[in-house]
Parts: sequence; structure tokens; C-alpha cells
Amino acid sequence: MLSLLAQIDQVPFIRPEIDWHAVAPELILLGLGALVTTLDLIFLERIRRFMPTLTGLTFLVPLIPILTLWNDSESLPRSMFDGAYVVDRYSLALKILFLLSGYLVVLLATDYMAEGDYYDSEFYQLISASILGMVVMSSARDLISIFVALELISIPAYLMAAWRKRDLKSNEAGLKYMLMGVFASAIMLYGMSILYGVSGSTNLAVIAQSDILRSGTRSIVTLAVVFTIIGFGFKVSAVPFHTWAPDTYEGAPTPLTAFLAVASKAAGFVALMNVVLVALPPQATVVEPLMWVLSAVTMTVGNLIAIRQTNIVRMLAYSGVAQAGYMLAPLAVYGQTFNETNPANAIVNYLLVYAAMNFGAFAVVLLVARKTRSGEISSFGGLMNYAPGLGAAMTLFLFSLAGIPPVGGWWAKFQIFNVLTQNPSFFGISLAVIAAINSVFAAYYYLNIAKQMWFMPEPNEDHTPIGFPAPLATALAITVVATIVFGILPGITGDLSDFTTLAGR
Amino acid sequence: MYLTQYLLLAAVLFCIGVYGVLTRRNGVMVLMSIELILNAVNINMVAFGVFNHVDGQAQVGGAVFALFIIAVAAAEVGVGLAIVLLIYRNRQSIDVSEASLMKG
Repeated sequence: MLSLLAQIDQVPFIRPEIDWHAVAPELILLGLGALVTTLDLIFLERIRRFMPTLTGLTFLVPLIPILTLWNDSESLPRSMFDGAYVVDRYSLALKILFLLSGYLVVLLATDYMAEGDYYDSEFYQLISASILGMVVMSSARDLISIFVALELISIPAYLMAAWRKRDLKSNEAGLKYMLMGVFASAIMLYGMSILYGVSGSTNLAVIAQSDILRSGTRSIVTLAVVFTIIGFGFKVSAVPFHTWAPDTYEGAPTPLTAFLAVASKAAGFVALMNVVLVALPPQATVVEPLMWVLSAVTMTVGNLIAIRQTNIVRMLAYSGVAQAGYMLAPLAVYGQTFNETNPANAIVNYLLVYAAMNFGAFAVVLLVARKTRSGEISSFGGLMNYAPGLGAAMTLFLFSLAGIPPVGGWWAKFQIFNVLTQNPSFFGISLAVIAAINSVFAAYYYLNIAKQMWFMPEPNEDHTPIGFPAPLATALAITVVATIVFGILPGITGDLSDFTTLAGR
Repeated sequence: MYLTQYLLLAAVLFCIGVYGVLTRRNGVMVLMSIELILNAVNINMVAFGVFNHVDGQAQVGGAVFALFIIAVAAAEVGVGLAIVLLIYRNRQSIDVSEASLMKG
């Protein structure tokens, strides 16, 4: 240790170049989030009413530098800190996704939090912190920044899951999520420490070029890779690391459930993609079978359990587990398809569509629950009779989740199948067949809800119309438009992957 | 001094920690077991940092990573203890196996 300190003394300190334009979105989000927190502390009750609006603005203002960066396409990709922090089209698209997700969560939470009897402004500050972690994650290309971003996402989410302090279910949701999350990140760190040890660097692109990763399969490297992926498997709720998801989703406040099911899961996928696609191409022979098994098991188990659910939030939770299985599928063939059809492009497009349709479904669940005070699927009976607009919107989201054209979901699924079958191989074709069978299973339980809404009677003969608070109506409008646009204008997002420059090739 | 000594110590600590997480029923003991795993990671990181030489110079990457882990682990345990305390207030027990209201 002393020799290390003596050597540090000899290394001159060089101040790293900082590209202020490239980090502007993060800095603005951090600054505004801190400002909103300070305002809350100063004005207390007097400003509480405006917290949702202020937090919504916190998420929308950073979009301005992101759009100017997007337009300045010649300067992309920009990189800082020896390639540890990279801004490219892929990361910009994800930042837009995360910021808009944050805005949608605020819209979903506004009335839910105002009507509950728990402190509400802290909720918005925790959401801001979590979204900042996601925005950082999109650009993180270093084990340290990925770890810090992952914890910045997770720690506020543990608190928010246990939000309803006197509700035993919410306590339990927080406890399960926290214990499983901390355990998974500890295992992930052990994997990362070995990865750092064998490759000599924490930078993903440098890890990819280290001799030991390029020299074929070794048990120590396999151990490191498997442990690291287990940590991300928890975040994306891949089977067998999904056990926390349904309980946490059911017990947590419903807007937070939407946040965990969409934004937090997307952030897990971003971390997984960054590590697998940038650092681990030389280890494709190890990662591909692992991803094949994870993907096949995740989609099958998720769908089989989702069919049995009677609570709509639990059903959406298990359907989210199954959808994560589809999203993992392109990573099972990334070694072969890397140059032709980039798996990252398929996954990012799926995440965009998934965010739109899942947030929409949760908005409808929240609206219906405001009237029925129930989370059972049977409470959707007769929705078409007394709220045809809401019923039509829910039908749209369910068709999209099931992957039926012309709404968004089919395009997302099509891209996954496209990647899997591009280079015919046993892995790709067999996984495509499993995914196709699963899509049919999934359509059954999605359409079962549609059947409830269209053909079943209202529970308790209750025909009172559903109230439409402005924030929820706005969230519903945004998600309906996004789901339709992604479906009828496939490929509108363009090619969102320029990973080739990142892997240092 | 050999690198393997440190790695063995870390591996033993890691295994004790995982065993503790899987068998302990007390919420605080589970959190302490997780701390053991994180300390195993820290030993790994610092040892690798000292023994990995690039161009004859030891690296600071591992030590810096360990510092980040220490800071984040403090935040994690702070939140964890708060949630365990919340559970204790509501049901006068921190037995994690009793937290089973929701199933299926």
C-alpha cells in the first residue's frame, strides 16, 4: 500500500477536459432538482401545491440541450474522461426516453399523491434523483460510473416503494425490493472487481481489448461475467431474479409501480447493453448461451404466471417480466449480428414503444381505480359502456402489448425477430420460435382484459362516469399518440445505435 | 506477499456473506452480511489495484472504486435500516420471513 501511495505522488495531476455542452442536460437536471428541493425546504406547505409542476419542468428543461446536441450531429460522438462518459445518438435517445418517463410519472403521481395522506413533495425529489441516475447511465461507459448511476437509480426507488409508511404491504414491498436489490448489486460488484482485476481497467472499451478477454474462455473471466450479469438481471427482473417484482409492484404506490416497470427496467437494460455490447464482445461464447437461457426462461415463466393473475397490477408486473424476456433475446445473438443488425437498435426501439404502451396501461389502471377502488381485473367489466374513450385507449395499449398491428408493439417485436433471424443459427432461430409461441400465450391474457371491458357487465351495476383529472388525461393523450405513431410510422426513430465507435473499433 | 492471499480472504468473506444473506431471518443481520460481501469486494479492488501494474506504475482505479463502494454502501445501509425500522414499528418484529403478505 505504501508503494502505491509513493507512486501516486509521482503521477502529475492533469485536469480532465470537460465538454460543458455534452454534460449540460445532467448539470441542468442536477441544478434544478437541487433548486426545487431547496424551495420546498424554505416555503414548506405554501409551495407543496406547485411541486408536481416544478418537477415536471425539471424534466422538460434538460431536453433543450439534448435537442441542440442531437442537431449538432457532426460533433457526435463526444467523449470525456478517456472515454468513460460518451454522448452519442444512442445515449441521447435514451436520455429523452428517461426524461419523458420522469415527466409521465409526475403526471401519474400528481392526483394520487395529493389525495393520499402521506408527505408528497419528497416523492418528487426522489424521482428527480432517480431520473438523474438514469440520464447518467445512458452515457456511462465505465464500471465505476455504471455502478454509481445504478445505485443513484435504486436507492431513491427503495424509499419510494415503502412510501405508504403505515401500510404493511408497502413496507413489505420496500423491504423485499431493498434486500434483493442490495444483495444483487453486491454480487454484481464482486463480478466487477474480478473483471477489473483480470483486465486492469474499469473502462469498458479497454476491458474489451485486454488480452485475457481476447484469449478465449477462462473460468475466472466466466465467473466475473456471470456475476456481473446477475446484478443487471435483477434490475431488468429476468427470471430467476424476478421474485421481488410482483410483490413490490403490488405493494408500492401505483405511479411508482409504473416507474419501476418502465423507467427502472429500461435503465437496467441500458446498463446491460453498455457492459455486454461494449466490454464483452470477445466473450460472446460465454454471454450468448447465458442470455439465451435467461431470455427463454424469462419470457416463458413470466407469461405462464401472468395468465393466472386476477389483480391487474400483478398481471402487468408478470407481463413486464415476459416483455423483458423479449428484450433480452437480441443479446443471445449479439456476437454474430453485431455488424449487420445491431441488437442495441432493436432493444432501444423496444424500450421506447414499451414505455409508451405500459405508461398508458398504468394511466388507465389509475383512472379506473379512482372510481372502483379495486385492482381486480373484474373491476374493468363494462368499461366500454360508461367510459368508451378510456376503454378504447386501454384496448389500444393491450393490442400494442400483445404485438398486434397497426399499433406500436408489432414494430418492436418485428425488430427483435429480425435480429434473431438475420444470420440463421441454432440460437437465433430456436429463440425466435420460443418468442413466437410466447407471443400467442401473452395475447390470450391481454385480450382477456379487453373481453372484460367490451362484453362483461359492470361490477355492482355502478354506472357513474369516471373523473378525468388534467394530469392523468395529459399522460393518457401522450401515450396514446406515441403508441399509434410508433405503429403506423415504423422506423420513425431511425437508427439509434452507433456502438461501433464506442467499442474502439 | 502474494495476490492470492488477498483474493482468498475476499472469496472466504464473500461466501460467508452470501451464506448469511440466504440463511439469516433477522433483517439487520442480512444487512450486515451484505456489508461483508461489499468488504470482500473492497479487498479485491484494492489488492488488484496494487498488484496490477501498467508500465511499471500501480493503478489508482481499484482504490478509487473501493472509495465509491464505501460511500454508496453507507447510503444503502442508511436506507436499509430506515426500512427495517419502519417494519419494526408496524409489526414489532424484524424477521424477514414474516414479510409474506403477498404471494403468487
